[in-house]
Amino acid sequence: MLKKITNIGDCGITCDFGDEVNKSTNKEVIKLFNFIQDSVKTRKLKGILNYTPSYNKLIINFELGQIKSQEIIEFIKSSDYSKIKLPENKKIIEIPICYDEEFALDVKRLETKTKLNFKDIVSKHLETNFFVYMIGFVPGQPFLGDLNKSLYHDRLDTPRVKINKGSVGIVEKFCTIYTFESPGGWNIIGRTPSELFDINKKDTSILSPGDTVKFKSITKKEFGFFKNE
Amino acid sequence: MNNYFKVLRPGINSTFQDLGRFGLQHLGIVASGCMDQLAFCTSNKLVGNKISEGALEFAYQGPLIEHVGETALVAISGKVNFNIIKKNNEIIKGKPNESFLISNEEKIDILSTIDSVYGYFSIFGGFKIEEVKGSVSTLVKAKIGPNNGDKLKVGDKIFFNRSHQGDKTNKIQLDFDKDNIIRVMKGLQIHYFSKKSQEDFFSKEYKVTKLTDRMGMRLEGQKLENIVDKNIKSEGITKGSIQVPGDGQPIILLSDHPTIGGYPKIANVITADYDKLVQKIPGTTIKFKLVDLLVAEKAFQDYVRKF
Repeated sequence: MLKKITNIGDCGITCDFGDEVNKSTNKEVIKLFNFIQDSVKTRKLKGILNYTPSYNKLIINFELGQIKSQEIIEFIKSSDYSKIKLPENKKIIEIPICYDEEFALDVKRLETKTKLNFKDIVSKHLETNFFVYMIGFVPGQPFLGDLNKSLYHDRLDTPRVKINKGSVGIVEKFCTIYTFESPGGWNIIGRTPSELFDINKKDTSILSPGDTVKFKSITKKEFGFFKNE
Repeated sequence: MNNYFKVLRPGINSTFQDLGRFGLQHLGIVASGCMDQLAFCTSNKLVGNKISEGALEFAYQGPLIEHVGETALVAISGKVNFNIIKKNNEIIKGKPNESFLISNEEKIDILSTIDSVYGYFSIFGGFKIEEVKGSVSTLVKAKIGPNNGDKLKVGDKIFFNRSHQGDKTNKIQLDFDKDNIIRVMKGLQIHYFSKKSQEDFFSKEYKVTKLTDRMGMRLEGQKLENIVDKNIKSEGITKGSIQVPGDGQPIILLSDHPTIGGYPKIANVITADYDKLVQKIPGTTIKFKLVDLLVAEKAFQDYVRKF
């Protein structure tokens, strides 16, 4: 449920759905996000520059002088977007992942913490249908949940200076895919050869908030094959 | 005939920008766009372009470029020290905020910005650069935008559209705000900070440090004490948000900010004071003044009148 709407500076508002970070809260956020995106596309709402969903909030940025925050707030309050159904049977997006030891940098750490062997860790990762909570920080980087409880683990105490593009990492109940080479503190369990993000394509990002993702295990040989495609 | 500028020296951070790339922040793509909107639009007005036409933004030191082709009407806006080097190597001191004609084999040497960070270079008819998702803004970190999403490099050629009507020069007075007061509104997590730290933030001076770029401006001053939690659940970020990480030193998020972030935010810079803020050079001290939405909206009305 939408708990409150607050101004952020003079050209943004935040719609707050409460403190819980779980799928049902996030689904409410994404319903409103879909509704705002549609309203902008069909020109029912003008002057909107950006809309950014996260775990439990939706931030809307607007063009000062074109629309006032109060008008957006009234627009949201007068709509019953919460009745919108998210497409539940939307196609599951499959992402190839190679768990080869060359890519799975934190196997040992995870085995010690979870008391599972890596084979079990992999099968638990593969059996999960992940929900895309949000995308961002850098272009195209998805935050997926929820992991099987037995795989929950903390961030690295000292983040790595460099994590390769395509690396798949887990922290707490979330899983992410690094879309650019960057520093990072997630436990790395594998790598995908998939290009999740390409600014020059019509669909810039393969994933959108609210999508469902499943990983598919591939061998190192197949990894190279995908890469060259 | 090909008309272009040859880049002989790229400058420190020279990129193409316009007013920004919108509607994609939910995919992790920040709006980017020119840092100082008034200076940017002024450079376009000087040459008779629409104010949103793509221009070259430079920081601290701009490029040295050589003109190849037909005479063109150009302008440099901001507080900028530059020279025009004639074909016979005669050096003429350039006048910023005044358009001028530049001819084949003449060079423009943008030496430095004066007591400011950003300046702009525009040409009548615009540069021949390709839009990416509706904008020519460059986001170097993600390699998005014209010139392969990169800064200018030595040897690059900047092609431009030639339009023959453009030979009427123009002059615009561009005044920079000299004071160091930056008006802000309360941030979403202001209550994360002790009463004393809230008072400190709105009364003490903060120094702009060298760790400042298009992504953010790191400040140094009275440490701000967080009494709730050093982190928040990651949430969307708005340009001008002032976040305070665990070390208690504020960072103002600027045009190329990350799209989501997990630090509490104490305040947000109002739109009318953003241009003034981004032009502050490292070492400058600034002071924050708390205002409400009505004041911010009134200030914005005064600000747009300058365009």
